[in-house]
Amino acid sequence: MSLLADAFTVVAVLAGLFFLAAGTLGLLRFPDPLSRLHALTKADGLGLGLIVLGLMPQAGSLLGALKLLLIWALAMFAGGTVGQMIARVARRDAS
Amino acid sequence: MTAALLLDLALALSAVAVALWTVAAKRAFEAIVGFIAFGLLLSLAWVRLGTVDVALTEAAVGAGAGGVLLLGASARLGTRALAEAKDVPILPLRVATGLLCALLSGALGWAILSLPTPAPSLAPLAAANLAATELGNPVSGVLLAWRAMDTLLEAVALVLAVIGVWSVAGDDAWGGIPGPAQPPRRDPALRLAARILPPIGVVIGVHIVWTGADAPGGAFQGGTVLAAMWVLAWMAGLVRPPAVSSRKMRTWVVTGPLVFIAIGLLGCFLADGFLAYPAAFTKPLILVVEAALTFSIAVALVLLLIGPPEAAS
Repeated sequence: MSLLADAFTVVAVLAGLFFLAAGTLGLLRFPDPLSRLHALTKADGLGLGLIVLGLMPQAGSLLGALKLLLIWALAMFAGGTVGQMIARVARRDAS
Repeated sequence: MTAALLLDLALALSAVAVALWTVAAKRAFEAIVGFIAFGLLLSLAWVRLGTVDVALTEAAVGAGAGGVLLLGASARLGTRALAEAKDVPILPLRVATGLLCALLSGALGWAILSLPTPAPSLAPLAAANLAATELGNPVSGVLLAWRAMDTLLEAVALVLAVIGVWSVAGDDAWGGIPGPAQPPRRDPALRLAARILPPIGVVIGVHIVWTGADAPGGAFQGGTVLAAMWVLAWMAGLVRPPAVSSRKMRTWVVTGPLVFIAIGLLGCFLADGFLAYPAAFTKPLILVVEAALTFSIAVALVLLLIGPPEAAS
């Protein structure tokens, strides 16, 4: 059972790292601010979510796992809000 | 072992790289972003060193509140900062500055390397006497019992900082509501965040203070989270702080230090001296001090971030 949980952790965290790397690549390579934001907020939210999902079996307690989930939710919410605000400024500057 | 060493090396190298980038940045805004990233990397380094209390403080106060203060200062300077950036000092001055900085860094590095091993430490003494405070977190024990004077002075320093910020207000604006004359721009996304986040943030802030008795946390870290929630609601244009002339507001700022001093004076009569706690009431008194400090720290940080009044109310 613990082997299964460990395997799940490794797979989920690796998948999360892949999405974080993809988001960073998008940030560096995409041509305009809106596309870069798109890459960053979406891929990072998913990447962090997968890492949190992978770490949840290792948290040791239900409360610890729920705290990890809360951290992901807060990071998603903050990322989404800041993404909206930066996009608004970028669009205003472009027009 | 090797994996941990690689992680530490990567952390140390990126911290140094971000520090260099911060110093080399051409514009104030870039340097501040670098400073915030540096603070977050530093707090990860503190976690790796096993000092989660310091990591929390660095992330909340150093990178968080410090970074926002710098951002506010850079926005306030605006074009003036840009004009000064063109005014590059002469070469000999730059070389001399670099040499002096290198000398200071070298001296600091030498001082750290020449520390005796094991380093002189009061940690075993603190751990042995922790039971007397009924606290589970030795850091809180040090901050609120054995070195209570330092913590008291830090809280008083915050009050002085608020007075300092207020004292740069113009005569015509004195007594008005803190902050710029124009209320901040109302962004719909920010307004939504400012409505949803504060209930969660307030619970987290209070939790950080409460858990500080037995685990990493405390008044400064929790107070910073509470202050962040207030500043968020202020930035979204949902709340405005009371005017600086209001007695209520001034009372809030000094409540924490005053409660701390009052309980400290109580120690002169009921215990061994100033800032000593009567043995039977150590834990409850520490909790009262923590609660009052948290409240005043949060209010003081908010007032520092919002700045002096710029228009009469």
